[in-house]
Amino acid sequence: MKYLDEYRDERIARALAAEIAQQTTQPWVLMEICGGQTHTIMRYGIDELLPRGIELVHGPGCPVCVTPLETVDKAIELSLHPEVILVSYGDMLRVPGSRSDLFRAKAQGADVRIAYSPTEAVKIARANPDRKVVFLAIGFETTAPANAMAAWQAKREGLSNFSMLISHVLVPPAIRALMVSQTNRVQGFIAPGHVCTVMGCREYELLVHDFRVPIVVGGFEPVDILEAVLMLIRQLEAGEARLENQYVRSVSYQGNVPAQQIMGEVFEIADQKWRGIGPIPQSGLRLREEYAAFDADRIFDLGEITVDEPAECISAQVLQGLKKPPDCPAFGMRCTPENPLGAPMVSTEGACAAYYHYRRHMVAS
Amino acid sequence: MRVGRVQFGGIVRQVSLDFVPEAGLGDYVMVHVGFAISRVDAAEAERTYKLLQEMGMLEAELAAPDS
Repeated sequence: MKYLDEYRDERIARALAAEIAQQTTQPWVLMEICGGQTHTIMRYGIDELLPRGIELVHGPGCPVCVTPLETVDKAIELSLHPEVILVSYGDMLRVPGSRSDLFRAKAQGADVRIAYSPTEAVKIARANPDRKVVFLAIGFETTAPANAMAAWQAKREGLSNFSMLISHVLVPPAIRALMVSQTNRVQGFIAPGHVCTVMGCREYELLVHDFRVPIVVGGFEPVDILEAVLMLIRQLEAGEARLENQYVRSVSYQGNVPAQQIMGEVFEIADQKWRGIGPIPQSGLRLREEYAAFDADRIFDLGEITVDEPAECISAQVLQGLKKPPDCPAFGMRCTPENPLGAPMVSTEGACAAYYHYRRHMVAS
Repeated sequence: MRVGRVQFGGIVRQVSLDFVPEAGLGDYVMVHVGFAISRVDAAEAERTYKLLQEMGMLEAELAAPDS
């Protein structure tokens, strides 16, 4: 397929790897943010193509993984109301809540349905006026415009039976939190290409400026990632810190303006809790006051639940790039995609799932 | 809502084009949860890809056994 296959070209990949090896004179720690990038790296063995000195760590780029445990529990609780149809992206169905998950709730008779797009959730609301449709609207900035459109459409049509349970997270505040952390070892970032397709590059330029750290916006195919790594290494070896865009076929500096506009109309920035990391100020989105009638948190009496993660799950450290999945004693044994202890093992963008599918034989470092 | 038919390999799906008003027949778009979020700039993609191709061919030549 055009614009995909070419970026999986082995000859180009090896050429990039060779060039990276040539340029690297000292060890470097690089972080890639997006779960999709993590999976490509694991699947194509990109980390094994790179010279030993370069360490790729995985960041919190899996929106399913960072959805707060409380939100999962709220969704499960809502789904058990007989009048509720709980609609969700497929990935969220097997994410463990504190006692159950949506898939199990469905098996127990809850009306839980999977949607590929938020517009399907709105369709379900239109088709079922006697039921209350709740859409579990999670994601990074990539998904926010689509989720915003669902709310906007519902409001325009005056739907009285549609609401959204929101868990939206923003990438730049998370990078900021990582950079100020005492345990940070990251010296360069591959920024998530589809988040930047929507939001543009401006926020990352601020990070480059504030922390003097090179950032390259990267795509998702093996050649994209290798090219982004090469661009970072060239900067690091030269002592530079700039923002560069590797993913030019999708990302422009200003990003997608209509998408940003609808986001701004429907959402506002709020403090947000990240599963595994904790609260990061001004790192999430919530529905604006004008959309209160579509905010499941406001219209349903869900109360304030605070829950703790099972002690065994080390997703907090995995999401911050401090540990790798095989370092976890439960990895591949008590924790598998069929019986996950935490979200990173069940999500298609989770680091633990990536290692499970492509590197099961790995022993802890 | 402007909707288009987008082909992903062998599958054709309805996709919202609300965020890429400039997209037209024959264009390539990036799609996420049923919404196109960008349109591939063919000329830009061609230009940057040529550089990668040259790199690949050069490396293959250097790596090739003595001919």
